[in-house]
Amino acid sequence: MMLEVQGVRKEFEGQEVLKGIDLKVNKGDVIAILGPSGSGKTTFLRCLNFLERADAGTLTFDGVTYDLHQATRRQIAQIREKTAFVFQNYNLFLNKTVLQNVTLGLTVAHHMPKDQARTIAVQALERVGMAGRLDSYPLQLSGGQQQRVAIARGLALNPEILYFDEPTSALDPELIGEVLAVMRQLAEEGMTMLVVTHEMDFARNVSNQVMFMEHGSVIESAPSREFFANPRQARSREFIRTILEARK
Amino acid sequence: MSERTWQILVDAFPKLLEYGIKVTIPLTLLSFSLALLISVGVALIQYANVRVLRQICRFYIWIVRGTPLLVQLYLVFYGLPSVGILLDAYPTAVLVFGFNEGAYMAESMRGALESVSRGQTEAGYCVGLNYMQIMWHIVLPQAFRTAFPALSNSLISMVKGTSLAASITVMEMFREAQVINGRVYESLGLYTEVALIYLAFCTILTWLQHKGEKKLAGYGR
Repeated sequence: MMLEVQGVRKEFEGQEVLKGIDLKVNKGDVIAILGPSGSGKTTFLRCLNFLERADAGTLTFDGVTYDLHQATRRQIAQIREKTAFVFQNYNLFLNKTVLQNVTLGLTVAHHMPKDQARTIAVQALERVGMAGRLDSYPLQLSGGQQQRVAIARGLALNPEILYFDEPTSALDPELIGEVLAVMRQLAEEGMTMLVVTHEMDFARNVSNQVMFMEHGSVIESAPSREFFANPRQARSREFIRTILEARK
Repeated sequence: MSERTWQILVDAFPKLLEYGIKVTIPLTLLSFSLALLISVGVALIQYANVRVLRQICRFYIWIVRGTPLLVQLYLVFYGLPSVGILLDAYPTAVLVFGFNEGAYMAESMRGALESVSRGQTEAGYCVGLNYMQIMWHIVLPQAFRTAFPALSNSLISMVKGTSLAASITVMEMFREAQVINGRVYESLGLYTEVALIYLAFCTILTWLQHKGEKKLAGYGR
């Protein structure tokens, strides 16, 4: 077991948005977190990287257990060193070029020499097909290109797990494919990934595990094939049907 | 215009320009540097919401923006000596101009800082940066770019504002015009002349501002 999360709770202004979420992740797992809007899936993912502070819960990473509510600054830094986060809105550093976006974490946070960081960054950008735009600024790129750079920025940090928060939700339909292709390729290379998404094809064909959430609780957790072929909960069946019908 | 008036203006020009270059410009640059330091500090304190300091900053902005610059100059130069604080005219001018414009610039900077998207900071944390590194490499550069037109405005306003230093005996360009006028009684001509020199300075700054904005536009917007 690489990562185990237990009992994650979170309230916003008295409203309970996470009611005790558990999750186990093995190395190489690609887990799709599904659920209707407002189900708490994004909040859950953000709690794992301390972008939100959970009210309760523990996170065990490589055998070390952290308290999600009370983790110290140093512990948070330790956890973030093993993870990378891809945002819905890409959040590339707007004042930095593509190359600088990828090297900044390496040179500033990890004190890596510039030329070494550059080599790693170019490799990461090659993996997402963006090595040809090293000197462009984010706003000169399409959304799909920005998101691929954001993935490269994560990859360059050599994380043990990649978190994706609705990585294709802000994209024009014709740009979604290029980002999903990169994610599929990473999955095939054995990258461990936790993906909050509305992309059913990705959940069905790329992820090996599905966690379906609603109203801050996990309704069903199952291997992907099983979840789509034979959902056990009535609510899961309904959700799958609604999504598939909406696409027709 | 009579021959005499023309001769007075021609004679005055090099003297006025000399004071402009040797006093007005350095006084502006010194005061502006101080204002810039103050404004960044005050804006950061408010942005980071440091508890007690934040209130002190709000108080400072309230006082400075709510009282006239000329009154502030008089208070420091003529008022403070009676409680034992005796400053020369020039340092008084630098301090008062710096703290005065600093308050306005702090508000420009604060607005610019707050306009930087929260996602930029979150992404910074996720690649392992700490708060200071995020501020230095990501948030402040973006905020400076947003605040640049407002800060340029402050600089231009300060060039002209330095003429108020004449009222506390600083020998600067406008004071020199007053002195010359005291000898020759050519108010219309001399004050027009000095106004044109200020205008020339500000024109150069406006031109520099446009160049600067073009350069900063490199983020690809």
